[in-house]
Amino acid sequence: MKAFAELLEQLILTSSRNKKVDYLAQYFAKTPDPDRGLALAAITRDLSLRHVKSSLVKQNVLERVDPKLFALSYDYVGDLGETVALIWPETVSGELPSVKDFIAFLEDTPKAELPALFSDLMDLATPNERWAMIKMITGGLRVGVSARLAKTALAKYGNVELQEIEEIWHGLTIPYLKLFAWLDGKTDKPQIKHTETFHPLMLSNPVDEIKDFEKLSEADFAAEWKWDGIRVQLVFNEDTQRMFSRTGDDISHTFPDLTESLNGAAVLDGELLVGKDMEPLPFNNLQQRLNRKTIVKKHLKDYPAFVRVYDILFDGEEDLRTLPWQERRARLESWMESHDNKRLSLSELIPFKSWEELKKIREKGAEEQGHEGIMLKRKTSVYEPGRPKGPWYKWKRDARLVDAVLMYAQRGHGKRSSFYSDYTFGVWKGNEIVPIGKAYFGFTDQELKQLDKWVRANTIQRFGPVREVKKELVFEVAFDSAHVSPRHKSGIALRFPRINRIRWDKPAQEAETLDGMQFFVEGQSDS
Amino acid sequence: MKPSRLAIITHGHADHARPGHDHVIATPDTIEIIKRRYGENCAKTFEALEYGVEKKIKDVTISLHPAGHVLGSAQVLLQYQGYRAVMTGDYKARPDSTCAPFEVVPCDLFVTEATFGLPVFQHPDSADEIKKLLKAREEQPERAFLIGAYALGKAQRVIKLIREEGYDRPIYIHGALKKLCEFYQERGINLGELRSPTGLKKDDFHGEIVVGPPSALKDQWSRRFPDPVVAYASGWMTIKQRARQSGVELPLVISDHADWNELTETIKATGASKIWVTHGREDALVHYCRSIGLEAEPLYLQGRDDEED
Repeated sequence: MKAFAELLEQLILTSSRNKKVDYLAQYFAKTPDPDRGLALAAITRDLSLRHVKSSLVKQNVLERVDPKLFALSYDYVGDLGETVALIWPETVSGELPSVKDFIAFLEDTPKAELPALFSDLMDLATPNERWAMIKMITGGLRVGVSARLAKTALAKYGNVELQEIEEIWHGLTIPYLKLFAWLDGKTDKPQIKHTETFHPLMLSNPVDEIKDFEKLSEADFAAEWKWDGIRVQLVFNEDTQRMFSRTGDDISHTFPDLTESLNGAAVLDGELLVGKDMEPLPFNNLQQRLNRKTIVKKHLKDYPAFVRVYDILFDGEEDLRTLPWQERRARLESWMESHDNKRLSLSELIPFKSWEELKKIREKGAEEQGHEGIMLKRKTSVYEPGRPKGPWYKWKRDARLVDAVLMYAQRGHGKRSSFYSDYTFGVWKGNEIVPIGKAYFGFTDQELKQLDKWVRANTIQRFGPVREVKKELVFEVAFDSAHVSPRHKSGIALRFPRINRIRWDKPAQEAETLDGMQFFVEGQSDS
Repeated sequence: MKPSRLAIITHGHADHARPGHDHVIATPDTIEIIKRRYGENCAKTFEALEYGVEKKIKDVTISLHPAGHVLGSAQVLLQYQGYRAVMTGDYKARPDSTCAPFEVVPCDLFVTEATFGLPVFQHPDSADEIKKLLKAREEQPERAFLIGAYALGKAQRVIKLIREEGYDRPIYIHGALKKLCEFYQERGINLGELRSPTGLKKDDFHGEIVVGPPSALKDQWSRRFPDPVVAYASGWMTIKQRARQSGVELPLVISDHADWNELTETIKATGASKIWVTHGREDALVHYCRSIGLEAEPLYLQGRDDEED
């Protein structure tokens, strides 16, 4: 428990991803089974302990501390676990249990005896250890570690590729004994069922219109629309139905309407979209359903989820990934025909004869239907995880550009913490400037230094870490699309905004107006 | 705070010592510190009063007693017809080898500070905090260790504590600390070799310890160090979320103020029946005093910011 508490403190206090990975890898190296696996599950929040609620923690502390003093302290600290950890009055010396024993105590102790057990543990611990135990008990372990980061640390620890971890991750069970045995080089890689686990995705590269098309032959490629949703993998058989994001996060529970519809056994690759009768709505409608803990009934009705399927990785347990795309496509088409489903539709192929013709189709599709672009897939390509060069291309529609005025700057994180590197910019609305977005990349280190200097020299007001600057510097901002957003003062939200160029030369008066922005806005008619 | 005809100054921190008074009474060290910070002429006249020496002003007898806060810091005892009132200024009761140890002064009225007047503040042993720093340094020898500590008292104490753990490499200090570190050294507090980081290259700082004022941690000044571990020596570092929000990777809970246990123990030790609480979280300490049968009132001072280190 001591080492685990130390790890949590290190994780919460560092903002650097690489350092978090190092701290985790070090912990895996020095901690025995099953403690390290249980700790891993606690950190990725896959561990659920029954019985113990935060009310027990609170009750217990109130038996020892004056309620008014506790209330004033809680009010000041703002976090129940931390308040209790710090305010706990007694300490006795003794050994803390291991993570395994700690969990076993909590699981096996009859409910009536839990409070006594809890206070015994608190008495033995330092404030930091108390904090770690309370966080584990109440399940509020927010230490800035995503599942992906934990997997990256595992890969580093075992000196294997992240992909290999992702491939088996969802077939593993807590406390991951087989995983660690493999990472320690003691056994082979754990075997898992293909229709129950996530498989790393094959990704595409952007096409370079000038260089690439000269070399590429039209006849070798198939074209599809690039759908504006999120990439998902459907993994299902008779027993389990799951949907994963491109990074391998299980998002099944956020979209029960979709996962419940799945029948048969396969692993499919496609784009998650929302809309009635499988007619896609703009991305911000989908966004309303993402990252939600609870499901809103109205959303299920107004924004039903569906998937445009474009590839098949497994048909039952049969691995199709080594087949050429063309054959996989044929298998996919016949699979779709034999499995009727109102939530799955085939991503259609776009017939074309020349790149020139396809370019026109792409432009028309962007203008009339708001398509993000076109995907090009080499007909002979096998399904190769990662981002291999050559087999798949994305041909995005041109980025939109807008000249906006810098309004606020905020300090960055990690290496950039002494630089003003996060910029909020806006456009003219009458005589004032209203914010339309925020960007923190697209410039070189050299430019960042210049911008930092400019911000410091042109500050007119400070709000904590934020500086308001003179409305004089113009950014050429590139973005993929603009949407209606009632949450922003300007009523507009941009997707993927980045600084394209810094227009040191351009007077702020010549920046874009809010009216001018309306031209870019999609989904206007949508309520 | 308005300038006054006569000011008794407990110690040299900016929220307790201001320039412009006519006549200043303080300990010799505090007078020296004030002069170095604000200039020789920051008051019209100075009167040095050693600890424990009584001075009569009309019917009131004044004396100064060690407060254990920073070099020269004092509590003020006022006696009038046998009635004794103590104003603590800032204080701490735990040992600190950079200043005279705190002295319990028996009294009837005790006016106490309450910067850390909540039971969540139970400061750990300072030496253990320094051990944490030195351990981190061994584990990450390629990084610089940048410690934020305010210029009067905390910086010197942190350096002294590091020396007491046997660390004898040069310690680098920000220019803002120079004057006061020199003064501490003159007063016989050995801080070892101190250097300025100016003019050195990034590569010169791998594994080195650098001390600067908190404001410098996030400033351009910090860019010269290689991937620095930002540490901050303060009682506030008890609260993790707070350390995290201020970008502190290595919080060092080292405080020059009394923690909750020191506050409550000291209150009892003075034997005072009346307690006035000021300078911080008055509510909790007033509530505590009343709960043990003492008469207690919050005393809100003018011109006080909520938080200092």
